[in-house]
Amino acid sequence: MKAFDSQRPRSSPAARRLAKPARRSIAALMAVCLASVVLALGGCRTEKPKPAPPPAKSAPAPSKPEQKLVVFAAASLREAFGKMADEFAKSHAGVSVTFNFAGTQEIRTQLEQGAVADVFASADERHMKALKDAGKVEMWSVFTENEPVLVVSNEQRGTIRSLADLPLANRIVIGVEEVPIGKYTLQILDKASASLGKDFRARVEARVASRELNVRQVLAKVSLGEADAGIVYRSDLGVAKASVAVVTIPSELNVIAKYPIAIVKGGPSPALGRDWLSLVLSSDGQGILQQSGFMALSPSVVPH
Amino acid sequence: MGVGSLLALYLAAPVMGLVAATPWGDFVMGLHHPLVWPALRLSVVTTSITLVIVVSFGTPLAWTLARSTSRAWRVVEVFVQLPAVIPPAVAGVALLLSFGRRGLFAWLYPRGWSVTFSTAAVIMAEVFVSAPFFIQSATSAFRRLDRNSIIVARTLGAFPLRVFTRIELPLAVPGLLAGAAMSWARSLGEFGATLMFAGNLSGKTQTLPLAIYTAFESDLRAAQALSLVLIVVAFGVLVVVRSVSAAPRARER
Repeated sequence: MKAFDSQRPRSSPAARRLAKPARRSIAALMAVCLASVVLALGGCRTEKPKPAPPPAKSAPAPSKPEQKLVVFAAASLREAFGKMADEFAKSHAGVSVTFNFAGTQEIRTQLEQGAVADVFASADERHMKALKDAGKVEMWSVFTENEPVLVVSNEQRGTIRSLADLPLANRIVIGVEEVPIGKYTLQILDKASASLGKDFRARVEARVASRELNVRQVLAKVSLGEADAGIVYRSDLGVAKASVAVVTIPSELNVIAKYPIAIVKGGPSPALGRDWLSLVLSSDGQGILQQSGFMALSPSVVPH
Repeated sequence: MGVGSLLALYLAAPVMGLVAATPWGDFVMGLHHPLVWPALRLSVVTTSITLVIVVSFGTPLAWTLARSTSRAWRVVEVFVQLPAVIPPAVAGVALLLSFGRRGLFAWLYPRGWSVTFSTAAVIMAEVFVSAPFFIQSATSAFRRLDRNSIIVARTLGAFPLRVFTRIELPLAVPGLLAGAAMSWARSLGEFGATLMFAGNLSGKTQTLPLAIYTAFESDLRAAQALSLVLIVVAFGVLVVVRSVSAAPRARER
């Protein structure tokens, strides 16, 4: 505003009269822009502070356009991608990596509403497909896999020692069907019903105390002993390992989550984005992912 | 005026954005969403019970806070304001650590049981986060009362309870109603503490904000439509409260 005024120090009264409503409408516009950003981020989970995505078109082109990499990633990748950034810095001195970790659905909404990013790593192929169909991302490929496991509270670790024991729990928490872990959980229960008895899924669902909105909520409730058992990803265990018992689900009954990654169209640093992708797919990157509990990439994966 | 209307515009903008982005057909679809009716019913029932609890316990508490001059009650006043500044998710964790299976007060329960994951837990979460709004408003309403009329009534031989019901309470009603409306609105929108302490199960603990978030995970349009349902309900109740609280003042004239 100041720059605007100083350019016209001796404007005519008419011009000043014009400027006032213009200023007012600019202010109103700003309010509306702010509001739409708030709306786009609508219902951010409180426990995840995230940088607001930079506004789409208003920012002028930076003088060094390739110095900043913006990575949007599923919340479960927080730890692994944090380490990945340290590795990335070794070969890219002076490049700052900005992360936005959130639920995959939230990120999809942000990208659909025009948030700017170079890379998107999703916990779910469905959302990536939707973004590809909408022309928001380039070709994508699966870069890692995550294994659902059964977690049991310390009080119940002697009782629930396999998936077959799950109906013995009084309170089970699972992900709600709308989130990937909930969808996989129901698929696992269906598979288990085929081998552990037709009513297995029904017996488990009769004990479900809550259908949580994300994996961390499931894990929190089991590790606090509030629920007896739940199903989460192995990569989410982290520091909770000490407060829960981990029971592996037999591989023939399990449903493995596939994580796709893609370059986002219209991002400021596509070249850096491609470097990030190659790091994630390299043996160094895969090693970091495995340290965080992700699975080794199966060789059958092909780009989509 | 210009600056003030800017803020009003800013506060209205997200609601306008939501309305503009939700075609009528989507809104109708939202009303038929399988999650909406159980959630709306649960929200209405739990927030009503919450309001009754908050008003019937909060009014005597606010009266005491307004009357008392002791330092102990000033400390109490600060403590009862705390839930308003604690982030809701933290409030949920705090409730778990107090009333959960391993909580500080778990000895109150039969072994292995706890109030968590029940409709009662939803109400507990709502009372915790919304009561400060009523207490604050009610306390200042009682503080603003004219001391002289109370002293006169007492010297004329009215007992304290009679002074309270016939003089103090009627005079404080507008402040109490405003506080009740604020407190109710807060409990209707309550999300974080409920999710943490009561969980998310349709028909039992899934209130409207939780249903909105659940729908948001699969279908943004459904979430928008459900949000609009919530806004319409909240708007309707706030309008009714405003007209009710305006009525006694109109009669005075």
